[in-house]
Amino acid sequence: MSKIYPNAAAALAGLPQDGMTIMSGGFGLCGIPENLIVALRDSGAKNLTVISNNAGVDGFGLGLLLESKQTKKMISSYVGENKEFERQFLSGELELEFNPQGTLAERIRAGGAGIPGFYTKTGVGTLVAEGKEHKDFDGATYVLETALKADISLIKAWKADEEGNLIYRKTARNFNPMMATAGKITIVEVEEIVACGELDADNIHTPGIYVDRIVCGSFEKRIENRTIRAKEMA
Amino acid sequence: MDKIYPSAQAALDGLIFNGARIMIGGFGFAGLPEDLIDALAKTNARQLTIIICDAGGNGAVLEKLFENRQVSKLITSYVGSDDMISARYLDGEFEVEFVPQGTLAEAIRCGGAGIPAFYTKTGVHTVVAAGKEHKLFAGIEYIMETAIRADIALIHAETADFEGNLTYKKTARNFNPIMATAATHTIVEVEKLVATGEIDPDNVHTPGIYVDRIIQSIIPKHIEHLKVRNV
Amino acid sequence: MAWTRDQLAARAAKELRDGFYVNLGIGIPTLVANHIPAGVNVTLQSENGMLGMGPYPYEDEIDPDLINAGKQTISELPHSSYFSSSDSFAMIRGGHINLSILGAMEVSQNGDLANWMVPGKMVKGMGGAMDLVAGVRRCVVVMDHCSKDGRSKLLKKCELPLTGVRVVDLIITDLGVFEVDKVGNSPLRLIELADGISVEEIAAKTQADFVVDLK
Repeated sequence: MSKIYPNAAAALAGLPQDGMTIMSGGFGLCGIPENLIVALRDSGAKNLTVISNNAGVDGFGLGLLLESKQTKKMISSYVGENKEFERQFLSGELELEFNPQGTLAERIRAGGAGIPGFYTKTGVGTLVAEGKEHKDFDGATYVLETALKADISLIKAWKADEEGNLIYRKTARNFNPMMATAGKITIVEVEEIVACGELDADNIHTPGIYVDRIVCGSFEKRIENRTIRAKEMA
Repeated sequence: MDKIYPSAQAALDGLIFNGARIMIGGFGFAGLPEDLIDALAKTNARQLTIIICDAGGNGAVLEKLFENRQVSKLITSYVGSDDMISARYLDGEFEVEFVPQGTLAEAIRCGGAGIPAFYTKTGVHTVVAAGKEHKLFAGIEYIMETAIRADIALIHAETADFEGNLTYKKTARNFNPIMATAATHTIVEVEKLVATGEIDPDNVHTPGIYVDRIIQSIIPKHIEHLKVRNV
Repeated sequence: MAWTRDQLAARAAKELRDGFYVNLGIGIPTLVANHIPAGVNVTLQSENGMLGMGPYPYEDEIDPDLINAGKQTISELPHSSYFSSSDSFAMIRGGHINLSILGAMEVSQNGDLANWMVPGKMVKGMGGAMDLVAGVRRCVVVMDHCSKDGRSKLLKKCELPLTGVRVVDLIITDLGVFEVDKVGNSPLRLIELADGISVEEIAAKTQADFVVDLK
């Protein structure tokens, strides 16, 4: 039973349906499953609820699904970098649910970990807490947040072995490991597929149990803000 | 601020007090911080609450804490097969609170993550659920479990750098990384101390922010049940 | 003849499917690893923080840092990975483990399981058993049909303190195999007999209600 697929379209084949909930890894444009997003757009599935920390930029990443009007709702923590997003949101075409970033991460982890709800201090007394159950622990007030799960999780990792064990690279890890646990089907695109045994068992970031399909791709890896410093003179 | 201490006793100095809640990493003997337990047994601290996955096999270094009558409460998923500890437990010398292993792990993780409580299916309709809040999510019944924190966590890791970044080896990881996050002070014994920069940042298991004091471990490791196959 | 420990393990191994992630309990369930059918790849999870558990190590592979949930030395495989206890139980509780095979003291006809304490005897603790039965997708019990004093371990209602309610899907005893209706209130379904065992013998030794539906 091989988990390896020849390309992103093949890895998604037969899975996307209208109305599905999709998780997509990444922080800004760093660590996003760029080829799988293109393949999801090409699948034509509509009315999608997309859970991702951000919403991509115009013409790249999750911005593609907005342009093609396949996204019905976004669950995100920050969406500031996208004109089309702004237009659709202001015109009422697009629903948006803001989650504080840490709450979003924890809700996704809870979804994968069989925890239906948990309490957090984040957002108490703000808009975020409205309509949610409150509870006091040791004299402090916390708000109940519930788990998030997805029909499909789209993940970007650095390397996979044939079993689907994954490692991520630097800050491209971000939301990918927890989203990998919270999808009914988890599809991963990587820069390299290696034989089992080549990844150090002590340093696997996502065990293969969470991974259903793997595809090896090439990546544009667009940089959102190219910030550099000059070399110091010797 | 130097995190490196010359000995286990020096690393405990000033942190241990009567009535302290102490987390101890390890699963069986794997990843058990034996140097630090040994040093704890040499303090005069009494009325300790010990939080540990399981209470060890025969001859475990943990015995010393019970021999010295330092423990008043044990929070654990399994008392283990240590004859001395079992005997004192049956004599009622200390209180035992049993927590399902996964709930214990999650409660400790939450203790370190600022989550005061969470819901789980584990233990619903068993003695574990008695007196706890029940709640339905999507028609399924769960119970509320609360976070567990401690005053001190005693941790065993394979490698530390001078910042306290840690790596664990194989199944000696177990409760160590979560306990490292859930105590006011975390003390770590390591097999190898390396220069900062020698651990690949992608492979740090416990970031140094969680680590207060580090010592070199010197007690050799033990095996509870040696099993081999023939060539 | 009632099934031996190895025959029980071999029967339980028939529940394995290619690609399954499986957690095996201590005792007879551990023996299931010796009977994995050819062509079926299963990955064994050990709740102390490992996927891809290998067999006992060779003498020169012994490592105190590498043990299973029974605290026995084991070995790793090329696809193994290690993680913390919280990550391990997130995997279990989150429903990612296809199958758990475990022992029991009592099982009720609606799938209640008791396997961790006997009032009046030393209680060692539930370890990870409650989390496993609450979290895994399918739970198979392997046990002797009767206790040492000859009493049925398949009951209308468990008498011992429970590990989980409506959690068992299939019971394999040394006398036969039973399907459990853990959602509704149907009796057990006896679907297989051990070699040479009669329905009458099982009826005489079973306190739980069951119907016969041999396959």
